[in-house]
Amino acid sequence: MKKFYAFVQKEFYHIFRDTRTMMILFALPIALVVIFGYALNNDFKNIPIGILNQSKGQTSEKLIHRIIGSGYFVVEQTLEKPQDIPKAFKSGKVKLVIFFPTNFQQELYHAKKAQVQLIADASDINTAINTTSYVSGIIGDFNTENGRENSAGIQVSTRMIFNQRLLSVYLFIPGVIALILLIISALLTSVTLAREKETGTLELLSISPISPYMIIIGKVIPYLILSLLNSFLIILLGIFVFGLPMVGSVALLILACFVYTVASLSLGILISTRVETQQAAMFASLVSLMMPTMLLSGFIFPIESLPLPLQVISNIIPATHFIILIKSIMIKGAGITLIWKPFSILIAMTAVFILVSIQSLKRNK
Amino acid sequence: MRNILVLVRKEFLQIFRNRQLLPFMTVLPVVQVILLTFAANYEIKNLRLGIWDLDQSTSSSQLIHKFTGANFFQKTDLINNQKKADDLLMRDAIDLVLVIPKDFEKNIKIQNSPPAVQFQINALNNSKAGIVQNYASAITQDFMSDVRGNANTSASPKIIPVTNFWYNPTLNYKTIMLPGIVAEVMTLIIILICALNVVREREIGTIEQLNVTPLKKYEFILGKLIPFWFIGHFIFWAGIALGRLIFHIPMVGSLGLLELFLAVFLFVPLGIGLFISTAVETQQQALFTSFFFIILFILMCGLFTPVETMPDWAQWVNQLNPLKYFVEVNRLILLKGSGIAEIYPFILKMFVYGIGINALAIWRFKKTS
Repeated sequence: MKKFYAFVQKEFYHIFRDTRTMMILFALPIALVVIFGYALNNDFKNIPIGILNQSKGQTSEKLIHRIIGSGYFVVEQTLEKPQDIPKAFKSGKVKLVIFFPTNFQQELYHAKKAQVQLIADASDINTAINTTSYVSGIIGDFNTENGRENSAGIQVSTRMIFNQRLLSVYLFIPGVIALILLIISALLTSVTLAREKETGTLELLSISPISPYMIIIGKVIPYLILSLLNSFLIILLGIFVFGLPMVGSVALLILACFVYTVASLSLGILISTRVETQQAAMFASLVSLMMPTMLLSGFIFPIESLPLPLQVISNIIPATHFIILIKSIMIKGAGITLIWKPFSILIAMTAVFILVSIQSLKRNK
Repeated sequence: MRNILVLVRKEFLQIFRNRQLLPFMTVLPVVQVILLTFAANYEIKNLRLGIWDLDQSTSSSQLIHKFTGANFFQKTDLINNQKKADDLLMRDAIDLVLVIPKDFEKNIKIQNSPPAVQFQINALNNSKAGIVQNYASAITQDFMSDVRGNANTSASPKIIPVTNFWYNPTLNYKTIMLPGIVAEVMTLIIILICALNVVREREIGTIEQLNVTPLKKYEFILGKLIPFWFIGHFIFWAGIALGRLIFHIPMVGSLGLLELFLAVFLFVPLGIGLFISTAVETQQQALFTSFFFIILFILMCGLFTPVETMPDWAQWVNQLNPLKYFVEVNRLILLKGSGIAEIYPFILKMFVYGIGINALAIWRFKKTS
């Protein structure tokens, strides 16, 4: 035990001596959370649109005024003729063109209905869907107000549960936390072990009286502390800067961070036992973890719309379960009875990672 | 010139000799691009509805019928108290609770008292909640006009919006995601290999040996960059070709123009990698710094979240995000068929950016080595 203690101490010295790396380790995650917290949102506003108004009447003017007044859109360009539309889209200046044809006012007056064309640039699909549905909504309201008699009213009250103001930070911050923690923890350990392999110090360790299990645990402990500190820092930032709620139990949240960090660290160890050089470890952790974690964990794309094989992969990504845990604990205030499943999956994953690593380490010896 | 060629040859030999690293730079990124493109889907599916009907009347069941028959909700749960509703919401088992209060039918029959309904929406995912709300309101309005008849609606003039989706009428996410993800993965790899390569030479001391050769700084750097420039090309075009085969991504514009843009663009991530390598001491630091920039570039490039809704300062910083331009150019050339006139400003920007960042890196490089 004393030997083990000395070993852990040595590891601590190794890490904390390197102040520049320490700085990077703490400054970068914080900078990322701050930037993403402010910059990433899917709140709908300031969409550049083009207006093509060939109608001479008042109604089109009124409607345009109404659309601009909604605050969602900015008129970037006023077009003269339909032939200009492709050009406006090809220059990428506008996302939507609202086109009132010449006979708009007459049709409206005589036939009591007139068409207005909403032409969306669907090379940006989400924006295309949102812009057209918002403008259609505004036109619907406009119709209702103009038809005074039309009292087809029904009182609809809406309660947005868990996220009353529909903030997108509720969606993005947990994802960013999971991604950063995973990458940092997995990278740290995989690179460290690989470096020892490269420089030959691992060979030296393997002839020492410490067992391979202890070598692994000894290597993990300092990084575990570092990563946990990092995770608390990021979560505090989420709460105090971005107003993420903290409804549930703090103890559960700490436990979740602990379990996730251990899982990420052991994944890092697993990677390191499979590669020969630092560079290979880095590529393996960054290339194979970053994009899949981002896209398959429910952070960017909703998991339920993934095709089935990818849903399976999504389930073996640790971040998927951590995101569920964070959201459930912090935002919904869920207790252990509701979230024992993601917890046990993460623990099981950790066990598998560690077992496979020990096997590899033994074989290498 | 000969010096550069010799160095390029040496770098290529080193790259191909490294059997463990080679797949990470070539095959794996391409495989990943294809795999991840299958994930590209924001479509909201499998929504689950909870119904809490306090009225139990003909009208309320008509409204419920409208909701369940709409093919929007896949699963329906009957609820009879708020506790049950809360519990289902908490367990993520439902997305919307439709509450129909007492006297719903009575109020429909009386002209002056509008009936009421309540939606309780699980808003953890804000964009999903918005869609659910819009959809539920539309169904409800539809129900009301059925009930009240549209006698008085036809009397007032009505503007009918007609929606056209240009360039991607079927709203297929994969057509735009694939080229975007290819550009992202390529940039990730290029920044990383470039940053790590130079730092590694410094760490193991071989850079000292190169310093005593008659090689000039710019020759040394070009010799490093050119092989990676080719690797970037390989990843990009392999990804695009497979995307064409598997996802039938459209290619409206000129591929030559896209290649021209790519050829200029690649010097930006190369320069960024080089610059990182001059600013750090160890491979580990190079890695974390690269990770920082890569994740910023990827998440802010406009592929996953809109660029227009970012605050002004972020949009301003984002001008330095090379991927933002690439995503835009992909859309312009592949989907809209834009020509040189529209693409030329992008190429010019990348050219200036590439020269700037590489000059900066070379300048720093002199000081550190």
